Amino acid sequence: MAQLNASAGQGAGALPPLLAVRGITKRFGAFTANDHIDLDLLAGEVHALLGENGAGKSTLVKMLYGILAPSEGEILWQGAPIQLPNPNAARALGVGMVFQHFSLFENLTVAENIALVMPPADRLDEVPAKIAEISRAYGMGLEPSRPVWTLSAGERQRIEIARCLLQDPKVLILDEPTSVLTPQEAEKLFETLERLKGEGRALLYISHHLEEVRRLCDRATILRLGKRVGACNPRAETPRSLAALMVGSEIKEVRPAGAHELGEERLIVANLSLASPELHGVALKNVSAAVKGGEIFGVAGVAGNGQSELFAALSGETLADDPQAILIDGQPVGSRGIGERRTLDAGFVPEERNGHAAAPDFTLSDNIVLSGHASGGLTRGGFINAAAAKEMAQKVITAFDVRKAGPDPLARTLSGGNLQKFVVGREIVRQPSVLVINQPTWGVDVAAAATIRQALLDLCAKGAAVLIISQDLDELFEICDRIAVIHTGELSPALPARNTTREEIGLLMAGMGAESTHAH
Amino acid sequence: MRIDLEARPARSTLREILSPVAALLVAILIGGVVVAIMGRSPLTAFQVYFVDPLSQFYSLQAIAVKASPLILIAVGLAFCYRANLWNIGAEGQFIAGGALGGWLGLLTHDGAYQAIGGWWILPAMMILGVVGGILYAMIPAMLRVWLNVSEILTSLMLVYVAQLGLDWLVRGPWKDPQGFNFPVTVNFDPEASLPILFEGGTLHLGTLFAPVAVIIAAIVFSKTIFGFEVRLVGSSPKAARFGGFDDKRIALAAFAISGGLAGLAGVAEVSGKIGQVLTTISPGYGFSAIIVAFLGRLSPVGIFIGGLVLAVTFVGGEDAQIALQLPGDLTLAFQGVLLICVLAADVLSHYRLRLRLGAVS
Repeated sequence: MAQLNASAGQGAGALPPLLAVRGITKRFGAFTANDHIDLDLLAGEVHALLGENGAGKSTLVKMLYGILAPSEGEILWQGAPIQLPNPNAARALGVGMVFQHFSLFENLTVAENIALVMPPADRLDEVPAKIAEISRAYGMGLEPSRPVWTLSAGERQRIEIARCLLQDPKVLILDEPTSVLTPQEAEKLFETLERLKGEGRALLYISHHLEEVRRLCDRATILRLGKRVGACNPRAETPRSLAALMVGSEIKEVRPAGAHELGEERLIVANLSLASPELHGVALKNVSAAVKGGEIFGVAGVAGNGQSELFAALSGETLADDPQAILIDGQPVGSRGIGERRTLDAGFVPEERNGHAAAPDFTLSDNIVLSGHASGGLTRGGFINAAAAKEMAQKVITAFDVRKAGPDPLARTLSGGNLQKFVVGREIVRQPSVLVINQPTWGVDVAAAATIRQALLDLCAKGAAVLIISQDLDELFEICDRIAVIHTGELSPALPARNTTREEIGLLMAGMGAESTHAH
Repeated sequence: MRIDLEARPARSTLREILSPVAALLVAILIGGVVVAIMGRSPLTAFQVYFVDPLSQFYSLQAIAVKASPLILIAVGLAFCYRANLWNIGAEGQFIAGGALGGWLGLLTHDGAYQAIGGWWILPAMMILGVVGGILYAMIPAMLRVWLNVSEILTSLMLVYVAQLGLDWLVRGPWKDPQGFNFPVTVNFDPEASLPILFEGGTLHLGTLFAPVAVIIAAIVFSKTIFGFEVRLVGSSPKAARFGGFDDKRIALAAFAISGGLAGLAGVAEVSGKIGQVLTTISPGYGFSAIIVAFLGRLSPVGIFIGGLVLAVTFVGGEDAQIALQLPGDLTLAFQGVLLICVLAADVLSHYRLRLRLGAVS
């Protein structure tokens, strides 16, 4: 496995790189998403592609997979220039890709989902045997006849990987593969990837998680604002120095909340059970939690275990039958809508900023009205007070350093990180007594994430109760006082963050209760 | 070869204003080709369709009388379409309003029920017209809100129900006994007819409803929380729920406004222009108003202008039947071409076309 391992910064070894791009450029109108990027992928290496959101990583891999056509530059396959007009051509050549978001049919079985992408000549009844073989060879544990909706995120991802491996690719591209996995599932993925690398395949690995890049990758190429800004050996760097390379400046560290008095219980959830309105959704089962003033309460868990259902129940977007199931400052609000909960000084930030937290085709000041109309000052007698909304928007923009073009632009024109700062800031400037926030820094660059986490710490230091739902364990351990884990709609008892290890939380995320943790 | 649509990097207000104008020009060019194929001079046809109606006082009045129902209906439709509800049945709501309001006109014929005077009849007719439109619009609205039935199909189908229902009424129970068996009703009393604005003209009081509706709708859309809700529900339904707005309430309200304004247009047409109830009371206003709504980019002021443009084609189309012996259906065909051009221009104002040569796999 080591014979082809090139060291950092060095170009190709004796053989030409398996896949290389030279001066590749992609323009969308006036916007240049990739600007003359060079990249070499060698056989038998795991190559990391690092960069913040919007740095151009997805654009680059979409060109490598034939989804986008480059505006300029060339792609070389074993030294020879090639054209990739569509993904079929890329697959025929030996390039496979595992997307961040799964493209699986929930109601079909594992075998049926895989057969869908196979060449039409292959027979459906041979697929299960092939899957079993691949699954055994790479220790994936796939059952061909299981319907997909019964599977966890980790299992679903293994279907996607198996789907690629059936085509025997020489180059495998993985886009943020661990974002939906528990630490244990991620470890299992790494073993599979090591095995693939040992077979002389090249892996291009896109990730935000700098720790795992250091653990897994031999070389790293770093993109910033569409340009290649450098390459390095990630094992010789620290996460902080990698982050600095990505952002282009040093990251300020979040100041811990320090010791502070906890107040009364301001947000209480008592035996909340709620069926999911959606097919294959997750029902909440007997969820109980209490968050005190001055406390940050974290809810960890693998994606799709009831986080969005829990957020919708807490915010009032879905109503509980029992008013006593949720108390905000002692008021039973289980059956009251989101507007009424806001009038009790509660604030909410959902996971999806575009289209849920904010209306993309509305201006920032209109988006202030969106969540603020119920709680004072922005409407009078059915009319909108546009001046007050603009003033409030400006206040958020200043306090949270929201970068934007024009005085009151449409929300869609903001970058992900800036829009996230806006929708979080919109709630925080109101100084809510209770704040429920889902994935506060999802897909946000490192600097914006630090700003948001600091704001949450400052808010709770003023006595607010903050409940954070997040899939980012580092984030939860950084700012939470207590952490509970949601798994298939059930919430574990909360553990104090300081006396709990990542492994304990990881086991809970995988659905193994507290008793079994002692066995390890 | 491949044709791609590429999103334009920035939106431009100028482009958004010019796109319906460009659409109109393209539609006129296509119309010219069709007229030429039919063996008439396109230039003469342009003269008859678009210049003559604007050059005579009586035809300017005719334009205003025809534009008024188009604008009223289209302003209502803008509430539905902004909320992402596809009410295609304004024609039916127009007929329902005209029939229910007209019913009072028939009831009070020849001084009946006028012991306390006739002052109450017109306001009551207008209210009944609005109520008729609302009630008829509530059928697709409630089916949509509670049973998730596509409002496109139900509202469209109900148009034919309304048309045949009116036909039956006028041929049956409402027929004028002294009408020599023609399918017409009696004529309304003056107390049930919207007054003419000035002596010798055709402009009636109902033509003033349209500008009033335009002004009120413009204020509602831009300044009120209700207008904000309508726009938000249509643009980002999930964000609207997060905002605490009830999308079912908005759907019912948008349909009610739409149906109510169509009903008002219907009763104003019956009471102000026709003066009795006929088997057909609309030359397709409810459908043409859909074009007006999009020509006006769903904004009240734009709809006002779009309504006038479409009214010109109605009046010009009537003249063309006489002057050029062109069929009246040509006008409807032209309106259809115009709608397609408007929608295409809408896409092109947000995206640009890219031809890619030789990218065949």
